[in-house]
Parts: sequence; C-alpha cells; structure tokens
Amino acid sequence: MNRRAFSSPRLRWLAYLAIAALMLALPFAVDAFLGRAWVRIIDVALLFIMLALGLNIVVGYAGLLDLGYIAFFAVGAYSYALLASPQFGIHGSFLLLLPLGALVAGVFGILLGAPTLRLRGDYLAIVTLGFGEIIRIFLNNLNRPVNITNGPQGITLIDPLQFGGMALSKSYAVGGLTIAPVHSYYFVFLACALLAIIISLRLEDSRIGRAWVAIREDEIAASAMGINTRNIKLLAFAMGATFGGISGGLFASFQGFISPESFTLLDSVMVLCMVVLGGMGNVGGVVLGAILLTALPEALRYAGPLQQAWLGAVYIDPSDLRMLLFGLALVLMMLFRPAGLWPSSTRRREFAVEDETAGEERANA
Amino acid sequence: MPDHAPLLCATGITKHFGGLAALSEVSLEVRRGEIFGLIGPNGAGKTTLFNVLTGLYQPDRGDFIFNGARLAGLKPHHVAAYGIARTFQNIRLFGNMSALENVMVGRHVRTRSGVLGAILRTAATRSEEAAIVRRAYELLDYVGIVQHAGGLARHLSYGDQRRLEIARALATEPLLLALDEPAAGMNATETNELKRLLEKIRGDGVTLLLIEHDVKLVMGLCDRVAVLDYGRKIAEGAPAAVRRDPAVIEAYLGGSLA
Repeated sequence: MNRRAFSSPRLRWLAYLAIAALMLALPFAVDAFLGRAWVRIIDVALLFIMLALGLNIVVGYAGLLDLGYIAFFAVGAYSYALLASPQFGIHGSFLLLLPLGALVAGVFGILLGAPTLRLRGDYLAIVTLGFGEIIRIFLNNLNRPVNITNGPQGITLIDPLQFGGMALSKSYAVGGLTIAPVHSYYFVFLACALLAIIISLRLEDSRIGRAWVAIREDEIAASAMGINTRNIKLLAFAMGATFGGISGGLFASFQGFISPESFTLLDSVMVLCMVVLGGMGNVGGVVLGAILLTALPEALRYAGPLQQAWLGAVYIDPSDLRMLLFGLALVLMMLFRPAGLWPSSTRRREFAVEDETAGEERANA
Repeated sequence: MPDHAPLLCATGITKHFGGLAALSEVSLEVRRGEIFGLIGPNGAGKTTLFNVLTGLYQPDRGDFIFNGARLAGLKPHHVAAYGIARTFQNIRLFGNMSALENVMVGRHVRTRSGVLGAILRTAATRSEEAAIVRRAYELLDYVGIVQHAGGLARHLSYGDQRRLEIARALATEPLLLALDEPAAGMNATETNELKRLLEKIRGDGVTLLLIEHDVKLVMGLCDRVAVLDYGRKIAEGAPAAVRRDPAVIEAYLGGSLA
C-alpha cells in the first residue's frame, strides 16, 4: 500500500531525500532543543533497534521464545572489548572486530540452539533464560585463576571506533558545527540500524523467511514439505545472535566501559518487550517498540524535578514511577492491542476476532 | 495408466508404541502411475503407516524402497526431497500465511536461495523467487482455488483447505502423493470434484497413495487397495475382489456377521 502512495519515482526519491535530510539534522536539532543527553538516548535507541530486530528473527519469525538474548549482546561486547582495550594490550581495528564479534555471537547462537531444538514454548524459554544467566555469571567469574574478563569490575578504556585515525571519542568542528562523539556515533549507529532493517525486510520476504514462519505455524507440516527444520531453526538462532553481536561491539566502543551488570535477565526481558509491544514479526513495529521503550523511561526521569516544582516535594520516586507505568502499559497493551502497537499483517489477523471469517463465508456462499 | 513397475515397496514394516503393535510386518507394493487405496477400520494403523513412510516415525523393523532408494531412517525433509509429499488427516496448513505463501513454502525443497542471496537480492534469487510465485499461482489454479490466493489459509472453507494442502504437496514435485482421508468431511458434490482432481493429478504422472473411508470413492477411484486391520495387512488386490474377501468383511462388520 505504501508503494502505491509513492508510485511516481520522482515523488519517492523526494520522500527519501526528505527523510535523509531529517535523519542528518536530527541529532543537531535534538542537541539544540533538548540537550546532549537526548542525543545519547537516541544513540542507545538505535542500538536497541538492532538488538530488537535480531530477537525478532528468533521470536517473531521463527516463533522460538528466547529469554536469554542479551547473552549475544554480551558476547559481542566482550569480543570487542577484550581485543580493543588495555586488558590484553591488543588494539584491533573495529573493521575486523565487529565482524569477528558477530561471528563469535553467531557460533554461540548455534551452541545455544543445538541442544534446544526439540523444545518449544515455555521449556525453550526456561533453557534460554538459563543460557543468558550462564554467560553473565561466566563473565562475572572469569577473572580467576586467569584474569580474562576482569570480573565484576568490567573492562575499561575500550577503544572508540576510529575512521582513518579519527577517533569518534573526540569532538570535531566542521564549519560552525561542533560534532561531538554522540553525534558521530549517531551516524554510525544509524547506518547500522538501517542496514539491520533492510536485512530484516529482505529475509522476511525470502525462501528462508517463509521457512521460518512455516516452522512457527506448524513444524511437522514444514518438515513434511521438505524444510530441514533443524538447520533452519539454527539459522534463525545464528542470524539473531549475529545482530546481537554487532550491536554488542558497537555498544562497547560507544560506552568505553562494560561490565557483566549491563547484561542481566532484565535486559533480555526489555528487548523482548520491545519486540512484543511493538509488534512481533513486523519490522516497523519492532523499530517503534525499541524507540518507545528506550525513550519513555528516560522521559520519566523528569517526573522527579516536575513534582518538586509543582508540588514542592517528590512524592513518588521517579524510578518507582517508571516500573509502575511500565507495568500498567504492559497490562493495557495485552488488553487492547495484544498483537502489538504496529503488528505484522499476519499477526494482526491471528489475533483478530473470528467475525472476519464469517464475513468471508458469506461472500463465498 | 499403471505400467506395473513398483514405485514404492514396503517390506515387513513393524512399529510398536509401548506394548501396542501399531503395524506388524506390513508389506505392500505401489506401482508407478496407479491410485493405491489404503483402507481399514479406525485404529488399523493406516495413518501410522503414512507417518512411518514420510519419516515422522522410525519403523522398528522393515524398510521402504522408493524409486530405488531406501527410506527407513531418513528425516521427513529427506523423504520429501526423494519425492514423497503428503497431506494430513487433520489438515495442517500454515494457517496465518496466505494460500499463495503456503504453496510457496512447498517449493522450498526444490529451490536453493540462501541467506546471502536473500540479503543481497542477487539476480539469481530474484528470478528464483519470481519462478516460485509463478508456479504457486499455477498450482492454485490447478486445484481450483486461485481466487483465494491472497486469503489466509485458515480462513478458507474446509474443502478449499483440503485443496490447498494438495496444491502445497504438489509444489514439492512429488512422484508419490500420499493423501490421508482427503474426502473426510466433504459432501457428495465436493467428493466428486475431489475425485476428478485426483484423476487429473494421476493423469499428469503422479502416483497416488490414498487413505480413505468413503468406500464409494475408493471403489470408483483406486486401481488396487490394501486393507489393514489391527496393524496387519489382511488383503490386497483389485477393489472388487477385496470387497468380497471374507477377512475384510469380518474386519469391517465383526465376526458374528461374517
């Protein structure tokens, strides 16, 4: 339907140009009006878009509930951090380390996938949850007897991304514009997020994507139609993990510091919420979910100062309010939009009331 | 018409579930180009035989020789690749995919595009994808439901769902199409249309293996039938002869009436 609206190629290019200009101006506009902290939040949102799109392959397309997804983010982050920091004195190039992190995470994806192939639903969720915890606890304890991960202290002074000697951790002045690290990372993350979106859309509309959905719909019928369900499921785990690994590496370079604390079960649940709230299986919905769930908690930080200003005292702690509203939002969503804010067309139909069927039967009669 | 060369040979197929012998020493031969009926009372082991044949279960003993290849021990997707496609007694479509997409999934086993091709949208992938769509439309047209191509599979009428399952199975380019009670729940008109469709499929060179309860359909359609009872084959031959077989009459009507 969108295609019809942009049927004229010239109009379509104009629209693309306008969106591109908007995207280019966004960090600077946000910086000017809302402050630099919000540019940083946008950066984080872009990272979460990549993460959520990766999880969407596993959960949304293939229908495999994964509660330990943040482990792949951790694997990617540590792969980058260990090979681009004073920890071992190695300072690899990110052009090498990001693909390496993706590869390592992908291998971990297969390692997790292989023993869980026979599991579905709740049981799969329990095992993947355990896997996520195992990775985090390993990272927490791999400082003795040989110090690899530096344990709970985490890894510091991680190298920033560098483009031909230009470290993104420094500010640059271009004309009258100051390009701070948050701005330059914005453009890198934006490019990666766009790539993740394109890859997701193309996979969805392909032989492999159809096989994933077929397995979600009916695994036995899928195998009887000649789909190698084992390989196709492992492929979903590996692809999802790859997305997580890349965003993990980007996260490590962006923060300059990582510790096991950043990769808890709650983070896995958060990414899953982005996928589910946004609209499982629909790329647009997942992107929307990632943006909303990154931005809303940040916006609620203002609740404290606002109470102080209007009511003279802070009655509800902002962090309590966050969890309260978050819970409320989840319940309301489940009640009123069970398929997500922006569901995929199939999921919407899945949750639709059956009167649609009745209508079609009348039409057939 | 059948040329008498066997396409599928089952020898001594045995399958136990716990202490229950679902199939014991079942042997039969399906010839190229024929319509072979598998009948028997409820619980006789017909569907179990289908499941063993298509790799969903592994037989305890026995083997299948299909088109010169041994099938026992193979996974379902291998069996599909060898050229056996099936439908299910309790229709198993991909309910939330469109009818067209269901048939497109059936092309999976005969196509090759992988992740890289999909991401890069190579010329080879695009032309393969176009061919998949074209073939899927052809098959929907072949079974007579092309007008529902865009509709969700689970919203189709019961008879159309059965047709869609056949189209999806045909998309895998089978040599043998195994149909598990295709006429179940159909009225007389629908059953007649189904019969014409199955004859058309056979006419196009696909051998049919058919589980069916509708005796009229079996008698009118099948070249040969085998009768299962309590997991054993009790008769095999032309429908008219099998119909008069005392063992068959006893299995269907019970000992007292035989």
